[in-house]
Amino acid sequence: MTEQTNIQVQKVDEYRWKIAKEGNMRVDGIIYADERMIEEIKKDKSLDQVANVAHLPGIVKYSLAMPDIHWGYGFPIGGVAAFDAEEGIISPGGVGYDINCGVRLLRSRLFREEVSGKMKRLVDTLFSNIPSGVGSRRKDLKLDFQREKEVLSKGVAWAVSQGFGTEKDLEHIEEGGCIKGADPAVVSDKALERGRAQLGTLGSGNHFVEVGYVSEVYDKQLALALGLELDQITVVVHTGSRGLGYQVCDDYIKVMLNAAREYDIELPDRQLCCAPINSPQGRDYFAAMACAANYAFTNRQLITHWVRQSFEQTFQMDLRHLQLDLIYDVCHNIAKFETHVVNGQKKKLCVHRKGATRAFPPGHSDVPEAYRSIGQPVLIPGDMGRCSYVLVGTVGAYEETFGSSCHGAGRVMSRNQAMKTAKGRHIARELEDSGIFVHAATRATLAEEIPEAYKDVTEVVDIVHHAGIGKKVAQLRPLGVIKG
Amino acid sequence: MTQKKYRLINHTADLGIEVYGEGLQELFSNAGFALFDIMTDISRVRETTEKFITVEGNDLEQLMVNWLNDLLYLFDVEGLLFKRFEVQEVADNHLKALVVGECYDPDRHIMETAVKAATYHQIQVVKENNGWRAQIIIDL
Repeated sequence: MTEQTNIQVQKVDEYRWKIAKEGNMRVDGIIYADERMIEEIKKDKSLDQVANVAHLPGIVKYSLAMPDIHWGYGFPIGGVAAFDAEEGIISPGGVGYDINCGVRLLRSRLFREEVSGKMKRLVDTLFSNIPSGVGSRRKDLKLDFQREKEVLSKGVAWAVSQGFGTEKDLEHIEEGGCIKGADPAVVSDKALERGRAQLGTLGSGNHFVEVGYVSEVYDKQLALALGLELDQITVVVHTGSRGLGYQVCDDYIKVMLNAAREYDIELPDRQLCCAPINSPQGRDYFAAMACAANYAFTNRQLITHWVRQSFEQTFQMDLRHLQLDLIYDVCHNIAKFETHVVNGQKKKLCVHRKGATRAFPPGHSDVPEAYRSIGQPVLIPGDMGRCSYVLVGTVGAYEETFGSSCHGAGRVMSRNQAMKTAKGRHIARELEDSGIFVHAATRATLAEEIPEAYKDVTEVVDIVHHAGIGKKVAQLRPLGVIKG
Repeated sequence: MTQKKYRLINHTADLGIEVYGEGLQELFSNAGFALFDIMTDISRVRETTEKFITVEGNDLEQLMVNWLNDLLYLFDVEGLLFKRFEVQEVADNHLKALVVGECYDPDRHIMETAVKAATYHQIQVVKENNGWRAQIIIDL
């Protein structure tokens, strides 16, 4: 089923490839990749999807693809597309089912030597404090609809008001942990029902909490500004909006399938279903998406609370000593209203990032004051057992990709193939042998997520760095992971 | 000779299933079975709870996606794992089924794979040879 593409690409330079506009494409496609990566990308229909997105009304400049691009449904994963806020469309497929799946990075005052010998205990404590796996739900935090709607409207501010974190955390989250325009009235009861008992849970698949350490520093000055130094212990939290987000996406795909017909929008692929941004359906979807996004921000905040507690329990130290400050939290499945310069003019756009991260440059007012001189932190989680990266946003990204960068390592192997490759291997032991403790809730997860199943995140990040759409700051290596 | 209910297809990011059935009722029943067979060790699921479901859709493809997503909703909200699927009525735009299973018990059930949703990606519900075939990509 994974068929080669027939789409032709032209080399622009070492790191940029173009799909020239043809047929009903309104703009060109631009893919960030190197010689080796582009050959990999041609092995499935990702490029067809990049070309398909270019058909959509109101698309501005290019249909973009990051180096970690892979085949999704409708929009490719690792795709960025911006639409004119007046004339353009908004599409749930351009955001994804896991609305605001994203990642945050915490730094601690501990160093590698101080945690050796305690990692297994820490991983087990994290696993018992943070429900993960299929259908994970919390017994100690089941919300009624009223309180749940407050989460959807207020995002992380709600969590802080309930004692889960501090005001300082709020300043270090994209959008301050709350996207404006959220309206719980347009979120279905089905979605609310799914979200009730899942706040503060990890979910499954490629979601995880990873304790690691800074293994390499590429830019000392930037690292210092982020409070990072070699061997320092870090924590990465990767999860999204759980069942609530998936239901919002499902609900609005149904709405948009009908809307596309109503507004006479020609779709090369049904999964690109959409509506004009300025339509009741378009407005409702954004308002519902914002609710799901706020749920996800809050979810990561609550998980952070239990990460902090788990550290306190394991190391018998309080937070004043451990610190575990939030460096930053970013979305990588989202649609945002932003102002960008297009053909010399400032335009309001709806930027869709599906498997892509915002990467705003130094000086941008949306970058927290603490980082305004260096650029927005960009967090790129690697797959299980390999490394993650911390970057900052650049002027290059702002000018070329609507201030966007990659989100992680894309998959190259189907889960089926990964299971076959992993057969007979004891994945947990392989990881333990390389010094990484893993506690996974679902049996198949480890096999599906073997390192070979993913593109090399190092290669992806190097392409981003050399293309100038992100600047490498540091590398993190895992020590302990809990997975769904 | 028992006809195979379904098989897995390779897809990079997600999971594809190809489902078979002599008639539409069997096709939809087997699709439900395939979903839970992927999610859990279905042999461990007992038949203690019954649910009667009605699903709607604009066409067979929408009906298939909505059927699977409605089952996922029941799992997510009520913790129900289903083992037996009796599709009693199915037409172009609606389906009625009795689904039988039990609540997830962490002490007895083994969860294999988490499924986010059934998608429209490359969806097919077609009449072929002497029966029906469906292809559905599942978002994991």
